[in-house]
Amino acid sequence: MGGLIQTLTSPPVNWYIAYGIIVAIVFGGLQGMAAVMVYAERKVAAFMQQRYGPYLVGPKGLFQPVADILKLFFKEELRPKAADAFLFSLAPIISVAAAYLAFAPIPFGPPSTFFGLLDEPIPLMIADVNVAVLVIFAVASMGVYGIVLAGWASNSKYSLLGGLRSSAQMISYELAYGIALATLVLMANSMSLHEIVDAQQGYWHLFGVPVAPRWYIFPQLIGFAVFACAGVAETNRAPFDFPEAEQELVAGYHTEYSSMRFAMFFMAEYINMVTVSAVATNLYLGGWHGPLIPESFGVLWFLIKLGFLLFVYLWLRWTLPRFRYDQLMAFGWKVLLPLATLNLIATAAGVLYFGL
Amino acid sequence: MLFYIFAAVTVIGSLIVVSQRNPVYSLISLVGAFFGLCGLYVLLEAPFLAVVQIIVYAGAIMVLFLFVVMVLNVPREDAAEWDRAHPLYRPMAVRVGGALAVLLALEFAWALSRTAGLSAGVGDEKPAVSSVAELGRVLFTDYMFAFEVTSILIIAAMVGAVVIARKREE
Amino acid sequence: MPIGHYLVLSGLLFSIGAAGVFLRRNLITLLMSVEIMLNAVNLTFVAFGRQIGEVDGQIITFFVMTVAAAEAAVGLALVIGLFRHRESLNPEAFTTLKW
Repeated sequence: MGGLIQTLTSPPVNWYIAYGIIVAIVFGGLQGMAAVMVYAERKVAAFMQQRYGPYLVGPKGLFQPVADILKLFFKEELRPKAADAFLFSLAPIISVAAAYLAFAPIPFGPPSTFFGLLDEPIPLMIADVNVAVLVIFAVASMGVYGIVLAGWASNSKYSLLGGLRSSAQMISYELAYGIALATLVLMANSMSLHEIVDAQQGYWHLFGVPVAPRWYIFPQLIGFAVFACAGVAETNRAPFDFPEAEQELVAGYHTEYSSMRFAMFFMAEYINMVTVSAVATNLYLGGWHGPLIPESFGVLWFLIKLGFLLFVYLWLRWTLPRFRYDQLMAFGWKVLLPLATLNLIATAAGVLYFGL
Repeated sequence: MLFYIFAAVTVIGSLIVVSQRNPVYSLISLVGAFFGLCGLYVLLEAPFLAVVQIIVYAGAIMVLFLFVVMVLNVPREDAAEWDRAHPLYRPMAVRVGGALAVLLALEFAWALSRTAGLSAGVGDEKPAVSSVAELGRVLFTDYMFAFEVTSILIIAAMVGAVVIARKREE
Repeated sequence: MPIGHYLVLSGLLFSIGAAGVFLRRNLITLLMSVEIMLNAVNLTFVAFGRQIGEVDGQIITFFVMTVAAAEAAVGLALVIGLFRHRESLNPEAFTTLKW
């Protein structure tokens, strides 16, 4: 028994166990977050509209996501005859794969030794690349393919239009997204998300009293606004969800999908929301740093901030009316892109001359 | 070992691009080939370039191709012409083209067989420079002129593309 | 990994791209084959850049990528214009200048 513990806690087996735990946490956590978001969306929507949400399935309707998932399992799996079979099945796979993959370079906690399993702490992320910010951007570009192939493969007017519009929207807002990311890289002097979060610890001091945490949202308020708009538009949510508007386009690019393939698109959307919120938390809200909790339990602060941003997502969806498509594109190109560029120039000047 | 896997992905992707009749299938296999190339760049210790390859090529240029394919509703290539004829009896242009491509490959093989130092390992002598800071420094000092000219090129291409492709007011 | 392997792979990709340019009957796939050729050249640049230990290989690759993007954009715009004119994407449909 002692020998077994000995082999389990010495390299390289302890590395595998540690990474296995991280992968399990991320994968399971993302699935869990998708399920929680399904429930939370309906409850929050209901409370904002002054009605009860789901309350029959389980106590306070807590088992509603389980019921939803079971329903999606058992629905009939349809495929239009004229649809391209290979692409029709490939499109949701690309969407979901890109959604999960985007979470790989995102750290969700301070470096930890897993309660002494490892000798030295490893950062809590799946892939510790030093160009993490760019990898997130790259995988977001890949997500466009799932949507545009779904629109094409379904071989129906509504799907094609929805797919084209949605992907045009996503690639337009990717520009502002990328420039906001570049601004942050400029401020933190590194492309690794881990180092960006570490640059945000501590407090700004005014007359010796800590008055605000050193998060990047304070010097980069415009940048955060740009990132938030671009992030919301990237995930086709909230006021930017014209491509999936029920009133205009039936359901856009996922009109012809049912059962598990639709479930994959559905999950991909929620996981994209979680990823954008996680990136925003790490970049602008200081990641896992926060008062009152000892530093090694920073995951809790990360989850609190993530939960807050997800709530803002839901809040936006059920409060604001939808943009019309040309207003949406005009906003992305004529307002957000110049604003992001000006922010970048101003930040560059600030870093160079004022040493921010 | 990884080199062979990525190389195989790239070569097979390229072969599918060249041989498939449906343009959308060619497109997605080209994206697959770009992923293989991305892996090769990582093996060559150029991680920034690898990610930029995905962002620019697979994420932007190929999406542009896909949009054009979808907007034009590109038909599959004429199947009858390919299926009917034996490869040696295809139209003249195709035969000449095929022969030229084979000739090109043979020329490459001949040139490579006469090159010395082919078995020197990549990166055995000098250490790798993969930091983005170093890339930026050289880009903005030694290659500054090329950088500025590239920006003019991109603007010209953008304006040109919009002007050529817009609808004519009849 | 011997540099010869990278060069052979690059030559092979270039030949495949050239074969695509010669053999394909669809303008868009033609442009895609040109992209394959450009990528083969990129690979050569990066491999040699790595061997001499300089960062210039990667920088030249950036420029090649940028030019490829610009060329793809203009090329596709031309394809759209041509399609509008003649409703076909076969290069053999645009032979009005032949005698």
